[in-house]
Amino acid sequence: MGLWEISLQFFFAGLTVGSIYALVALGFTIIFNASGIVNFAQGEFVMLGALLAVSLATAGVPLALCLVLSVIVVPLIGCLLERLFIRPLAGRPVLTPIIVTIGASIFMHGVAALLWGKDALPLAPLPGPPTIVVGGAVLQGQSLWILGCGLLAMVALRLFFTRTQTGRAMRANAVNRQGALLVGINPGRIVMLSFGLSAGLGALAGVLVAPIITASYGMGTMLGLKGFAAAILGGLGSSPGAIVGGLLLGVLESFAAGFISSGYKDAVAFVILLLVLFLRPAGLFGARKTGGL
Amino acid sequence: MTGRLLLAGAAAVLLALALVPAQAATPYVVGAVFDISGPASPLGTPERDTALMIEDMVNRAGGINGHPLKLVIYDNASEETKCVMAVKRLIERDKVLAIVGPSQTGTTLAVVDTVTRAKVPLVSCAAAIPIVDPVKPWVFKTPQSDNYAVAKLIDYFKTCGIKRIAFVNVSNAFGKSGLEQAQKLFPKAGIQIVAKEEFAPTDTDMTTQLTRIRMANPQAVVCWGTNPGPAMLAKNMRQLGMKQPLFMSHGVANRKFIELAGPAANGIIFPAGRLLVMESLSKTDPRYAVLAKYDQAFRARYNRAPDTFGGHAWDALFMVIEAIKKAGPDRAKIRTALEQTKNFVGTAGFFNMSAKDHNGLTKDSFVMVKISKGDWTLLR
Amino acid sequence: MGARRLLSYLAAGAAAALMPLVLRSPYHQSVLTFIAINAIVALGLNLLMGYAGQISLGHAAFHALGAYGSGILTTMLGMDPWLAMACSIAGACLVALVIGVPTLKLSGHYLAIATLGFGMIISIVLEQWAALTGGTSGLRDIPKLQIAGFAFNTDLRFYYLAWGCCLVLMALSANVMDSRKGRALRAIHLSEVAASTCGVDVARLKLQVFVLSAGYAALAGSLYAHYVNFISPERRFGFPFSIEAVVMVVLGGLGNIWGSLLGSGTITALGEFLRRFGDYDVAAFGLILMLAIIFLPQGMSGALARLSLRRKPKGEGVAAPAKAHVRAGKGAPPGEGSHG
Repeated sequence: MGLWEISLQFFFAGLTVGSIYALVALGFTIIFNASGIVNFAQGEFVMLGALLAVSLATAGVPLALCLVLSVIVVPLIGCLLERLFIRPLAGRPVLTPIIVTIGASIFMHGVAALLWGKDALPLAPLPGPPTIVVGGAVLQGQSLWILGCGLLAMVALRLFFTRTQTGRAMRANAVNRQGALLVGINPGRIVMLSFGLSAGLGALAGVLVAPIITASYGMGTMLGLKGFAAAILGGLGSSPGAIVGGLLLGVLESFAAGFISSGYKDAVAFVILLLVLFLRPAGLFGARKTGGL
Repeated sequence: MTGRLLLAGAAAVLLALALVPAQAATPYVVGAVFDISGPASPLGTPERDTALMIEDMVNRAGGINGHPLKLVIYDNASEETKCVMAVKRLIERDKVLAIVGPSQTGTTLAVVDTVTRAKVPLVSCAAAIPIVDPVKPWVFKTPQSDNYAVAKLIDYFKTCGIKRIAFVNVSNAFGKSGLEQAQKLFPKAGIQIVAKEEFAPTDTDMTTQLTRIRMANPQAVVCWGTNPGPAMLAKNMRQLGMKQPLFMSHGVANRKFIELAGPAANGIIFPAGRLLVMESLSKTDPRYAVLAKYDQAFRARYNRAPDTFGGHAWDALFMVIEAIKKAGPDRAKIRTALEQTKNFVGTAGFFNMSAKDHNGLTKDSFVMVKISKGDWTLLR
Repeated sequence: MGARRLLSYLAAGAAAALMPLVLRSPYHQSVLTFIAINAIVALGLNLLMGYAGQISLGHAAFHALGAYGSGILTTMLGMDPWLAMACSIAGACLVALVIGVPTLKLSGHYLAIATLGFGMIISIVLEQWAALTGGTSGLRDIPKLQIAGFAFNTDLRFYYLAWGCCLVLMALSANVMDSRKGRALRAIHLSEVAASTCGVDVARLKLQVFVLSAGYAALAGSLYAHYVNFISPERRFGFPFSIEAVVMVVLGGLGNIWGSLLGSGTITALGEFLRRFGDYDVAAFGLILMLAIIFLPQGMSGALARLSLRRKPKGEGVAAPAKAHVRAGKGAPPGEGSHG
């Protein structure tokens, strides 16, 4: 196998996992833009989406419907989370929502373990060829679905934010909360919506990636943290940044694991995270003036 | 109205108390600490289930020398600190005669000091060799050691003429222990490890590692780990179109692996305890009797098949019970009795302990098993 | 030190000294020992979070550096355990200094994230660098601490050692927080801009507290290593413990020294208590955490203070920043300092 084929192989693997990171990163970004909160429970939405789909599939629901149902139900959980645990926190120091979302993440972790057990659960991949050979490298069929659905989701989001009233209201709120209030935009609703939207993205990521990595109660933790690193890489608050950050992180991770060391693979994401924070906290696409005095 | 209810309640309670026969003999208390919740839960849960089942079995049959068996089980949540606290609690508050468990190597090693100082015998259900090598007077273990698993693989490779292998392991204690044994034993047997790779327990995609393995062109691939990693690896190998035969460790000796790997599981060969291929044993083999008993009892109570992890708990607890039968309720005497266990038939095989060997098994405790059509078959 | 404060610490010391007479079992003593060790970590973190207003989501890393430093130096180099402890603490402080300089320039979320990233990297290195750390098999046979032949090799003896350290550190911290530096720290928490206009060297002070808090965590790590005599890269040296430490501080009450002890005691005991619920313990822990944060904004010590009939004199106890200025909203308006 030549260097080109190997690199291509690593590249495909990186793109696949990178798309998942991108979806998770988008989730972080949306909530952050709407409320300034970093939602540490984002990874758990991924987990819930995957496990819900597994339960539905086991009950005999056709695969595509599992995906749709999952992406509808998990946002409801996201909205519930916001309503019950985030809403009462208005006016508290910045640290508080961080802790609450961490608590929410632990709670969802525990509940998932109770409902689905601790084992890894398989999910059937979406229909299509199991593998495709491109240029000497092997691409999983499911990877194409991930890339495709991810792209669709991003396009849909773009349309939502630019063409719909609600979407524009969310953007207005993100740019200037005071001003948005003045024109009658209800910030509380916006925040709840952002949680719902992010949860939906997370669920989508979960359902898409579960056929490759299997679903389990713990799958969300690392994905959440790395998706987070991707959001920072791209610039917290920037949607295109989240996407580029996710894909870039996935590819960098894959190449590092491939050419340097597979044992330290997980560390790559966090090293990149630290480098970004120390050298250019705004990330690739973020506004210059962020953080620090 | 309330008064009458209270009266009725009191009467019911008195009736219940009257119906429960008074215990004639003092119970023998045995402690157990398993990794029931947390990441090692797939190990600890069947172990706990098996232990509870044995408690009932033994008590229905009259207890240990007429004394009822009282089992006190704690969960250490797969954490070492919690394990230390649980063991201390068992020793001090529950005053157990011996302890069975824990489920993992890390949690076991964390309590070696505690049981040694308190002079309480511990029979662990964890596998790695450092638990019994160097021998610690108060610590025993029931699972087979990985050096025997590797030795079985070596025997098999010799019969097939396989001389160049790739070794890939999970980066946890189990996987690294296997790697250590592999690096020690394979070269001595003339088998070369041409590629060495690792993946994290949370890793989801092994194509990177497999791509590098492909470059080294081995005759076979050996994967050492516990679920779900090896299943992913098996699937990835299929996807990449790699044709080399795939060998695994006893870490995948469970139904879960076949579930996760799907069709990619077929053709995989690995060393395992005889529980998986029980039916292929001769019915007169004493091991068959024990395995069948375990299987029947477990299915009757829990409505599912037992697995090797539960089997380790079976072996550990019954060995302790036998020791108590011989030595009585004295911790030091139980320890000596455990050390003198000879020809004990457990689910893992024949146990013969000694002062120098606190595991008691040999290479023969493993058989080579192949997965075909989603089930296990014995390779002769 | 004020007379009232001295009295309260002496009372606490007496209580700790007499406790083993009430709770004779080594099991209870070991739970209390772990509470003391955790309290030391929480104390250091409290100085950082409660007084200086910074966040760290990776403090388990410093805890690990202390434990592994002691473990490696004693088992591989045969160093004297006390010397090894001093070296580990110094090492952890050095690392804190090095990463503190770029990290503390960040604010709010970014600081939290940077510390999280650092913590994750350390826990991965612990697992992977097997030649140095023993990898997943861990480090065994870490020697016991001893002074001139008197070895801390029973639960009771170590209990006294751990609680002695804990109470001494608490008293010291209280003193430091009352000093000029301490007041400067609290000023930073309220408003970095205001503090710097008063002549406070904000960056330097933040760094000093960060290093100090790392030292506390490392000391606790060394104690842990010499108590359990076996360490491995498990939960305790990774992200879950970093979170646990933050929870202890917040639950106990930010900026309240006794709060750290309360928080540590509650979380450690809660862990033991929730164990009986088997598989429900994780979900219960998460739920309790969320509810506690929402309904006890000042932590448990704040709630207790409110319950007490006497009003606390100004300046002592809770350092509560003026709430009106702080929002959970996105990014402060330009020019305003960070609130951690």
